[in-house]
Amino acid sequence: MDFVEVPVSEDLPSSKGKVKKQKKQKEIREKAAENVETEPEPAEAPGCSLPPTFSLKEIKNKQRRHLMFMKLKQEKRQQKLQLRKKRKKEREALGDKAPPKEVPKTIENQRIYDETTVDPEDEEVAFDEGTDEFSAYFNKLINPKVLITTSDRPRGRTVRFCEQLATVIPNAYVYYRRGLALKRIIPQCISRDFTYLIVINEDRKVPNGMILCHLPEGPTAHFKVSSVRLRKEMKRRGKDPTEHYPEVILNNFTTRLGHSIGRMFAALFPQDPQFVGRQVATFHNQRDFIFFRFHRYIFKNEKKVGIQELGPRFTLKLRSLQKGTFDSKFGEYEWVHKRHEMDTSRRKFHL
Amino acid sequence: MACVKSQQCSVWVGAETGILKGVCVSRKQVYNFCEMRNLSRDEEICTITWGDEHESEVLIGSVNGRVKTFSTEKGIFTESRECADLTHGRFTGLAVTDRSLITCVESGLLKVWPEAGNETVEINVGSGVCRMRQNSSERHHVATGGKENPLKVWDLQRPDTPIFTAKNVANDWLDLRVPVWVRDMAFLTQSNKIITCTGHHQVRVYDPSCQRRPVLEAEFGEVPLTALSVPPGENSVVVGNTHGQLATLDLRKGLVRGCMKGTAGSVRGLQCHPSLPLVASCGLDRFLRIHNLQDRTLIHKVYLKSRLNCVLLSSRDLQQSVSEEEEQLGETKTEEDEVWDAMETVTEKSSKRAAQDEDEVRDAQERDKKKKTKK
Repeated sequence: MDFVEVPVSEDLPSSKGKVKKQKKQKEIREKAAENVETEPEPAEAPGCSLPPTFSLKEIKNKQRRHLMFMKLKQEKRQQKLQLRKKRKKEREALGDKAPPKEVPKTIENQRIYDETTVDPEDEEVAFDEGTDEFSAYFNKLINPKVLITTSDRPRGRTVRFCEQLATVIPNAYVYYRRGLALKRIIPQCISRDFTYLIVINEDRKVPNGMILCHLPEGPTAHFKVSSVRLRKEMKRRGKDPTEHYPEVILNNFTTRLGHSIGRMFAALFPQDPQFVGRQVATFHNQRDFIFFRFHRYIFKNEKKVGIQELGPRFTLKLRSLQKGTFDSKFGEYEWVHKRHEMDTSRRKFHL
Repeated sequence: MACVKSQQCSVWVGAETGILKGVCVSRKQVYNFCEMRNLSRDEEICTITWGDEHESEVLIGSVNGRVKTFSTEKGIFTESRECADLTHGRFTGLAVTDRSLITCVESGLLKVWPEAGNETVEINVGSGVCRMRQNSSERHHVATGGKENPLKVWDLQRPDTPIFTAKNVANDWLDLRVPVWVRDMAFLTQSNKIITCTGHHQVRVYDPSCQRRPVLEAEFGEVPLTALSVPPGENSVVVGNTHGQLATLDLRKGLVRGCMKGTAGSVRGLQCHPSLPLVASCGLDRFLRIHNLQDRTLIHKVYLKSRLNCVLLSSRDLQQSVSEEEEQLGETKTEEDEVWDAMETVTEKSSKRAAQDEDEVRDAQERDKKKKTKK
């Protein structure tokens, strides 16, 4: 144990001569004093003669350290408040001439440019989209018909989730899985003119996955499902939805992959919404998470609109997009989310 | 204009939308050689190959059974002929021998079309063909294989029986038959071997002079392998699978040398540069990627807007193709120099390493001596 250890800066070499040490301490104190004189910075503790490199960590008494830390924090907060007040006053004084407020930096508006972002005038992409698997729907040749099923032996929330999903999507039928293999279900669905197969996967009574398979030719998307909130669990929800065809809002699907996913969601609902029902289904993409909400709206007057959530709500995240109908073993994947390769930047988004 | 564009291109890519794309890697430019007005899904490009040795013609096999000839010097399609009907399925391979064209379709009909318009030779190679490839050194030898259709090598001068038919591997530990699904193959011209990759994620090396069963079997990943290509040294192979994993496997022991990162979707086309350590891959994620085989880094990445089916690399240097037109004479010299430089560095490295080893040995000995003296 070294008894003469002094809580000073780390750059001080631990010399053995006491005289030298004292001298150096004196020098440091003088320097500190100079600092205080030249720039009146907020000292960590009032009346403390410690050098500027001193940090609270070096206080060995826990209570004392805590006290000092609280003081420091309070001071910082006060400074911040003052600065804000000052700025506000300046803005008020300037009035209309005040400079426009700065836009806060978010990881969305700092997004890394994605070269696959779709240009609406691009001929090639337009042709590609015009002749893909959904073109029959968008040319109004077929009407969607959806089969909803679950993983084997669904329990609890998953069953209710499926039922509520069926009320949101028109022309949807919920069936028990009965232990059938998806490979055998798909041909039967095709022969019965279904255009979509939705499989909800559950884990420990909670829905956690969704397979969205477009029939008869694919593609198949696999999503992670999280934050499912059923109708019963929602506050201030409206009455149960009617059977009118809802309107669909797709937000922020900008890249080529996002476009494919967006088209996939759009083709889930019939075209020509019935505006009498005043119901909207929203797929909002933000930071690659797709938020689903279902609302009823009302025009209160020319300017005001009221909305009322009907539920359920859930969040999806794309895991993979596969060409063709569901075949996880031999199917060809158009896009697979590889976490360690793709998620290298927080500002890179794929949808 | 079109001819200038097409002369610059060093990579050719066939897309699912029926567009032939030329990529000039050094200028980072992409040209579509197709009329955008009358595109159709019938013209989806299945296979692509060089029409002659000078690489002045590109042959394209499309889904509707037509084989088109594209002249890279003129930049236009010069010829188009009907080589199959839709009932036989899509093209699985195209090849050219001296003055005749070889086509193969999914149903197993392999045809040889002589240029003079004489009678075609037809061979039935069995159904479910996934790929037909030509031996680049003996150009009248082709290999075929597919689903439940083992690897067969045909001599087109004697088309009656295959000169080599692979035998299925022995039954597995449950004494069950191992399914056959050849997805792609390549000839190793130096050692007269054939390498295949299967839909059950195996890579197999066959030696026709030795036995009918594979002499080496390696596995990679857990999903079907779709494409394969052999780099210049022929002691390794690059494979790609449906999850977009690319890897080089060593052919001596069948171990993975390393993976190449960046691919997001299934690999459809894969080709190694005939002289440089480069590999180009394309697939369903709509990107053309060029990796370095030595350090496996991504060199180029080009977004091509459509799903891509096949890729073709020209044998010239990718980087210097631009300045080639302007100063051809100096170019060749520098190229040669570079080749020599590259070779020298390799030898230097090895010698350095040897020297280092020696040094290390010496150091170790000295240390031992010191220890002994201390003791």
